[in-house]
Amino acid sequence: MGSAPLVEVTGDGLFCRAAGCHIDPWKPVERAIVTHAHADHATPGCGRYLASPTGKIVLARRVHAGAAIDAVGFGETIEMGDARLTLFPAGHILGSAQVRIEHAKTGETWVITGDYKTRPDPTCEAFEPVRCHTLLTESTFGLPIYRWDPDELVKAQINAWWRENSDEGRTSVVFAYALGKAQRVLGALEASIGPIGVHGAVLPLNEAYAEAGIALPETVHANKETAGELKGRGLIVAPPSAAGTPWLRRFAGPGGMSTAMVSGWMRVRGRRRWRPVDRGFVLSDHADWPGLLETVRESGAERVGVTHGSSRQLARYLSEQGLESFVVPTRYEGELGTEREEEQAGSEAEQ
Amino acid sequence: MKRFTDLYTALDATTRTGEKERLLVEYFSSTPPEDASIVLAILTGNRPKRAVKTPVLRRAVSEMSGVPPWLVAECYEQVGDFSETIALLLPDDCPAGTDEPLHRFVRERIGAMAGLSEETQVMALRETWSGLSREQKLVFHKLIGGSFRVGVQKKLVVRALATVAGVELAVMDHRLAGGFAPDAEAYETLLRTEDETDNAARPYPFFLAHQLDAPEEGLDAALGDPRVWIAEYKWDGVRAQLIRRAGQTLLWSRGEAIISGQFPELVSIGRSLDDGTVLDGEVLIWRDDSPRPFAELQQRLNRKVAPVVQPGLFDRDEAVLVAFDIIEAGGEDLRSLPLQARREKLIETVERSGDPALRLSEPVRGETWEALAKIRAGARSRGAEGLMLKHRLSLYGVGRRKNPDPADPGWWKWKLDPYSVECVLIYAQAGSGRRSGLYTDYTFGVWSDGPEKPERELVPFAKAYSGLTQEEIEKVDRFVRANTTGRMGPVRQVKPELVFELGFEGIGRSDRHRSGIAVRFPRMLRWRTDKKPEDADTMAALEALLSAQDGGRA
Repeated sequence: MGSAPLVEVTGDGLFCRAAGCHIDPWKPVERAIVTHAHADHATPGCGRYLASPTGKIVLARRVHAGAAIDAVGFGETIEMGDARLTLFPAGHILGSAQVRIEHAKTGETWVITGDYKTRPDPTCEAFEPVRCHTLLTESTFGLPIYRWDPDELVKAQINAWWRENSDEGRTSVVFAYALGKAQRVLGALEASIGPIGVHGAVLPLNEAYAEAGIALPETVHANKETAGELKGRGLIVAPPSAAGTPWLRRFAGPGGMSTAMVSGWMRVRGRRRWRPVDRGFVLSDHADWPGLLETVRESGAERVGVTHGSSRQLARYLSEQGLESFVVPTRYEGELGTEREEEQAGSEAEQ
Repeated sequence: MKRFTDLYTALDATTRTGEKERLLVEYFSSTPPEDASIVLAILTGNRPKRAVKTPVLRRAVSEMSGVPPWLVAECYEQVGDFSETIALLLPDDCPAGTDEPLHRFVRERIGAMAGLSEETQVMALRETWSGLSREQKLVFHKLIGGSFRVGVQKKLVVRALATVAGVELAVMDHRLAGGFAPDAEAYETLLRTEDETDNAARPYPFFLAHQLDAPEEGLDAALGDPRVWIAEYKWDGVRAQLIRRAGQTLLWSRGEAIISGQFPELVSIGRSLDDGTVLDGEVLIWRDDSPRPFAELQQRLNRKVAPVVQPGLFDRDEAVLVAFDIIEAGGEDLRSLPLQARREKLIETVERSGDPALRLSEPVRGETWEALAKIRAGARSRGAEGLMLKHRLSLYGVGRRKNPDPADPGWWKWKLDPYSVECVLIYAQAGSGRRSGLYTDYTFGVWSDGPEKPERELVPFAKAYSGLTQEEIEKVDRFVRANTTGRMGPVRQVKPELVFELGFEGIGRSDRHRSGIAVRFPRMLRWRTDKKPEDADTMAALEALLSAQDGGRA
């Protein structure tokens, strides 16, 4: 390419000059397209935001009060400066979007995936592959050791664990990031096993999901009033920051409690044991290795930029497969191409 | 294979000792001896030999998964365990796994592998993999890799087996001393009920001392008249009981492990003792009338030995037992005699023995706490860690009581504070096992010279990975990733910026360390965020510690 790239990395994050707009900026900017509302993608303080309609519902609860958020429907193309812009579902969490940018004059097309997963998830819109010339893909789990078991299998494991705890008078506690992962877990539960409680931080986001028409099982706010009902047989979904707090201890049943973490990182034993929880379930909102490769293939892209997680490794692998590929730095990396895994685990599991 | 895999997976999933013991008891009480004996051998350190070399495994996994070798290596760096890495990379096409009994699996799938050509091994691996679940693959790799380690201490295994057999812990320990070969008959013999041969071997539970935390000025109030206490040097060795009964001698370490094999010269002391004698003391390497640093003792402890003691196995007989107590004499239990009376018997026994490897622990003399404190302050120059204080009337108790009883004042250890040095983080490496994926293993450096020399550099002198909180570990991890200046395999060189106070218990010269110095039990005492790297200590400070210690001893 002779001229400047359609999308470039600046000190504020990804920027499209033709559209005059940043994508998931790291610092407050004039105009921001936000792929999804997790804290490492949605920066408060921007002048105007653009998101998908369901993304807007969530984003409004996550950035500053009174933020100006525009919504554009999935698949609808809008013109911005010299660019045509379309959002496609990314399947990461409710409202998460991939951004397709096409230069109005040259027709050159880029897709920025944001975080995504290719597996179907009843709590958000299903991922759609999008064709482009240049693909910027995430690679949180960009190593071939990360291959997810079928969701049904993991759901069955979670429910079996809950049932066993409940039989022994142990309260089940699942630590999950309040936005996205908490609702995914809730959606996987068999409500017939027992009552389900959620931490106060999860409540407003459940409301957002309800507002967007996502069906979740009935839950109660886990607090002093509901503790009696939850103790010993219930399952509580709480952010990881609740671990070890007096708030959590009050729900211990006669058999104590059993804690679990739900994350793609739990695939590796070392990670599982490093977290002070009893169980680790491998259920991720990110694409696994086959999912990443499939997405690259289906995009038909000639050039692939890789960001987050094992970007160096995935970029090298793609180069060896004959694609032009490069690492796109993120704000967490002082060194080009190193993985900032725990930050990624954070975006998935907690903040 | 299924039961063993389940056991391994369950042991691996829990950190609770009680739960691990329960799992072991359940396994050993319900598994046929042919399989149980193999597992016992593995758990007690008698692992199967490496059947397949790592490069062969690497090649096979690369071929079967289509993942290039460099990427296998990258995966390994993130997983921190090669067996697990391969299990995660291979296709998961047989979730049910195999039902094959463990002994047959080991014989036919592992034992038979050793003699094969590389090509045939790769074929055999693919064939075996196709029938294993992911968890079984992991166990299989551990078995063929020849380095099978389970997060279970030998002691826990011994305890579980003692429960299964219905015998005392020490009895099972003795039966297992010298190792266990995977043999079904031996396994059945091991689980027999207690008999006469077991009795002669049994040690007493070690009586332990409390850490004395009172300041020097407060000792009169806390402990009373110093003259009712016996003060002795606290040596940095291995606490042990030497048992002479029924014409046999055994040396038990405090970990309730038999260490006779490593110390034949101490076992031979037994010949100079009467039947029915049990001595308590500290095993040390002693040369030129002073104890050697612990590292030298460690080498001896680590030596693999035949179950049968062979005199003359070691080049120089220089281990000694510094005896400070006698717990049994003439077959009689002396634990309820006051220390003063036991001590008289001890002196008599040591004198009568005359064996040079048996030394009497000599009390140090001080009429006042002040005088004793002065002796304690100089303990390091004698190669000791401080003083032991034992009341003259103390009985030989059991274990370490939570609250010392004023009526039975017991024993105190009065240790010197650890050495400490301020040093700079220079290298970091990702932890393995439960700490994989995080930079938790650090190398620290001190300055080669003082600040007056601008060309001075940081000399690596110690590694440490404990002492920080979880939060601090995460902070350091973030620092390491953002400030890497070079990579040497898994090791990252970082910008010298973070200063830590490193504590350690001992210091000695070493040819194996670049600084020429080795320290014992290094750990991070605190992260000095208030210090700049230029404030860190120099080699001269370490030399000073070293000569303060060596000076008195030379």
